[in-house]
Amino acid sequence: MHKAVCIIAAPCSAWLLGRQEYPEHFVSLTRDQVQQIAILARLKLADAEFDDVVDKLSRIVDFVDQLQAAPTDDVLPMAHPLNMSQRLRADEVTEPDERDEIQENAASVEDGYYLVPKVLE
Amino acid sequence: MAQATDALYARTLTELASGLKQGEFSSRDLTESLLQRIDEHQARLNTFITVTSDIALQRAAAADKARANGNEGPLNGLPIVHKDLFCTRGVLTTCGSHILGNFVSPYDATVVERINAAGAVMLGKTNMDEFAMGSSNETSYFGPVKNPWNEKLSPGGSSGGSAAAVAARIVPAGTGTDTGGSIRQPAALTGTVGLKPTYGRVSRFGMVAFASSLDQAGVITRSAEDAALLLGVMAGYDPRDSTSVDRPVPDYVAGLSKPVKGLKIGIVRQHFDEGLDAGCEERVKAALAALKEAGATLIEVDLPNIDLSVPAYYVVAPAECSSNMSRFDGVRFGHRADNPQDLLDLYCRTRGEGFGAEVKRRIMIGTYVLSAGYYDAYYLKAQKVRQLISQDFKKAFENVDVIAGPTAPTTAFAIGEKTDDPITMYLNDIYTIGANLAGLPGISVPCGFVDGLPVGLQLVGPHFAEEQILACAHQYQQLTDWHQQGPRDFS
Amino acid sequence: MSSNWEVVIGLEIHNQLATKSKIFSGASTAYGADANTQACLIDLGYPGVLPVLNGEVVRMAAMFGLAVNATVARRSIFARKNYFYPDLPKGYQISQYELPIVENGELMILDEDGNEKRIGITRAHLEEDAGKSVHEGFGQSTGIDLNRAGTPLLEIVSEPDLRSAKQAISYLRKIHAIVRYLEISDGNMQEGSFRCDANVSVRPIGQEELGTRTELKNLNSFRFIEKAINFEIERQIEVLEDGGNVVQETRLYDSDKDETRPMRSKEEANDYRYFPDPDLLPVELDDEFIEAVRQSLPELPDAKLERFIEQYKLKPGDAEILTHSRAVADYFEAVAKETDAIPQVAANWVIGDLSAALNKESIDIAASRIEAAALAGLLNRIADNTISGKIAKQVFDAMWLGEGSADNIIEAKGLKQITDFSAIEGIVDAVIAANPGQLAEYRGGKDKLLGFFVGQVMQQTGGKANPGQVNEILKKKLSGD
Repeated sequence: MHKAVCIIAAPCSAWLLGRQEYPEHFVSLTRDQVQQIAILARLKLADAEFDDVVDKLSRIVDFVDQLQAAPTDDVLPMAHPLNMSQRLRADEVTEPDERDEIQENAASVEDGYYLVPKVLE
Repeated sequence: MAQATDALYARTLTELASGLKQGEFSSRDLTESLLQRIDEHQARLNTFITVTSDIALQRAAAADKARANGNEGPLNGLPIVHKDLFCTRGVLTTCGSHILGNFVSPYDATVVERINAAGAVMLGKTNMDEFAMGSSNETSYFGPVKNPWNEKLSPGGSSGGSAAAVAARIVPAGTGTDTGGSIRQPAALTGTVGLKPTYGRVSRFGMVAFASSLDQAGVITRSAEDAALLLGVMAGYDPRDSTSVDRPVPDYVAGLSKPVKGLKIGIVRQHFDEGLDAGCEERVKAALAALKEAGATLIEVDLPNIDLSVPAYYVVAPAECSSNMSRFDGVRFGHRADNPQDLLDLYCRTRGEGFGAEVKRRIMIGTYVLSAGYYDAYYLKAQKVRQLISQDFKKAFENVDVIAGPTAPTTAFAIGEKTDDPITMYLNDIYTIGANLAGLPGISVPCGFVDGLPVGLQLVGPHFAEEQILACAHQYQQLTDWHQQGPRDFS
Repeated sequence: MSSNWEVVIGLEIHNQLATKSKIFSGASTAYGADANTQACLIDLGYPGVLPVLNGEVVRMAAMFGLAVNATVARRSIFARKNYFYPDLPKGYQISQYELPIVENGELMILDEDGNEKRIGITRAHLEEDAGKSVHEGFGQSTGIDLNRAGTPLLEIVSEPDLRSAKQAISYLRKIHAIVRYLEISDGNMQEGSFRCDANVSVRPIGQEELGTRTELKNLNSFRFIEKAINFEIERQIEVLEDGGNVVQETRLYDSDKDETRPMRSKEEANDYRYFPDPDLLPVELDDEFIEAVRQSLPELPDAKLERFIEQYKLKPGDAEILTHSRAVADYFEAVAKETDAIPQVAANWVIGDLSAALNKESIDIAASRIEAAALAGLLNRIADNTISGKIAKQVFDAMWLGEGSADNIIEAKGLKQITDFSAIEGIVDAVIAANPGQLAEYRGGKDKLLGFFVGQVMQQTGGKANPGQVNEILKKKLSGD
């Protein structure tokens, strides 16, 4: 995977001014990369929209590349904004069987099973 | 009675509560009158996805009965609308998306449960950017929402429907959600009050997840007083949400009277730069001056890493979203592609058809930044930057009680104006995102107009300082009347 | 197997924890319910739902960690493992990745030569189970049952320290015994509560670098695991000796054909994109909690084994069989305490006749038709010579059928041993007199005819003559005394 890396060191606000001079089609992601991502994410992209997707995703990747310059040595990643620990619940059965009501939402059900196209193993 | 009910739509929740209590009108009358108003303006503003007339009338009747029996809850008979991101039992819950276009939720979100239990009357589900991803309410599958101040303009997003409905005096209050500014920014662009509580203050159970560590439920109203009233009902520990905080809920309404005198207000140096529209800057500074005059002290603070907040957000939020969106596959609920050839086809086509372009983009960015080889450089890095930004806020709050500044860099922009370049759209949240990354509470209040379009003043507090920011907002609203001015066609 | 090759095996065990409700929801985990009747909105991954952690799984994981001498993490994190499959409703599995709840444990097994061997346990972590796919009976479709989705699993990963299928089984049996001892799992392989995947590779002896490994799945009995591993070892060696390369892949074991073959589905882009689950917070355990868990640990299989050998002077092999199951071990001890017979006798009966009777009806020792005290009573009658060991088996059978206590049956059937010296002598004399030919042969040197004479005496006495005395008297008389 090759990627033309563009590191923007200037502060974010300069982007607002620099919007007008932003070069067209500053491609950072390749079509192959985008295709692979789309498969991983199980998204079918129409041929007509594909180029636009590559373009827009590239702009976003370029934009977030600013983070590379951030001074994060010795900084711990923050997964949660509050310093909390996981609460434990009691081991009790509290949920009744509501299958029929719930399965009204499913497009394809048989004998209580959810159906998908046959999977070969 | 006809005369009295004509003016009902102009009243705040607090005023309506008073009117109901005094028997000036019934909940049924109120509800009917608002349902009519919704009907009148729906085509024009497109603020609703679903109007729940039957439920509303039923609840109104129940509320009237409860009042007669003397056992009313705190929101008895008061009208409310819910952003379509909240699950409502037996009612269509679309999240503004085609992929849930036919989804009737089998359960109520905690927020909905609590508001119902307090006696409120749900009038409908409001329009929103698809899965809360957007800042202009243009990504909705159900069409854009128009800003009642100028229908060519966007009301902001993603809680655009609630904001526009409240601004247009169609309803006095609506729930919203805020992940990067989705309550505060549309509030600013529509001249309403938008409150995002501290992360964990309000339960996320039943609030369809976009970015789990950033999402928070809140409200859009026309006064800080109304926001306080609603927050008191919504807030509080929920055992069904592991990230819900077990902490007592204060009486926010009682706390509103705390005076501004002696309040230390931080002004962020980085906020007032070339990025901020001059007219907005002027209005915000005037608001700050008013607060100073009322006895607050203005102190300059530094948030040195705040410029990285938008890029950090656009790594973290898409990453979490890409995972949260994986459950939408057509198997158990929601849209399902016709005649799938095989499993891969079922997934790819269901999701390709069901999601709009912005949602697909964010899913893909999220997938990319979490993928092997990129995780450290992007996701981990962004979470570290998040830590830096949180630390900056913490440091600032050692010297000030609240941080004040503009909510949005401009006033409302035209529908279609910013949809070509995603970055331009993302930068609308430049002042709001920091609070989401750090989990801080924030509120936007109207502070004037530029060329007839509303401007918002944002107040951000430390964790669980909702009382503080509500009080400051309320006091500001005693000194000014921006919040009482509505769009000409709807006032 | 060619002796140029060294086998390297690592095992991953997915062990369902025996909780009442699921790891992240309050739905039931009971086995055998109708499809999707135990799948609540959280298990189904509905929009807006959130996971809340079942505290019991934390306690159980901590118990396991302490039982294998591992570190129980004071802080562990749940992570999302992202991939699409219909039995995984959220499109991700909540698991643990970088900070698991248990790390760096170990287990001692005996290798083929009877030497102790240490097997490292890299980690054990908590995760949720997926649902089940049913491929038959739905025409062109596959049916998905999500009852199992959300059942708590403890995934136990060994270091690649195992060097043969036999060692692998030894390790598995030990883990199996431990989780059952701790009562954190019922270890039922048929029902899927104890599932094993094996990572197998070979390398030339002396080479440090590991060979390419394959992952074997769908192994649901100890017997099949052993066969599958052995087949795979042979297969890999053959491939390599033919000059080929082992392909890194997942293979299923086919028990009908006794062979492994590659899995056809998924597994292309295995980028799981792990990241900490934002809906769950770090699990933080303090010393107090861990100490309380430690205090609650029962005597573990190894300790019990050692004690049985020492305290009861049992043969090690027997002690090992008795300690496979805590229930059996407890039963044995109850018998041993109540009887005057030496413990080895009790062990013999539990391992022999009692086990046979249980197996015949496919029941557990908990459902034994003879209680420990009753069996002890029977053994006492052998010890005090009221009956012989052989007659005792008859009594046992009658007790099993519910005919009463040992004493009742001995009385009712008149099974008391004949120990009267002169009575036996009389019968011996009669038997010798009736068999002059055999007597002559015996005196001529055919010693083993003693058995014939014993048999005759036993026949005459309906089996009730004390065998010891019979032997003694016969020998004397046959020799001409």
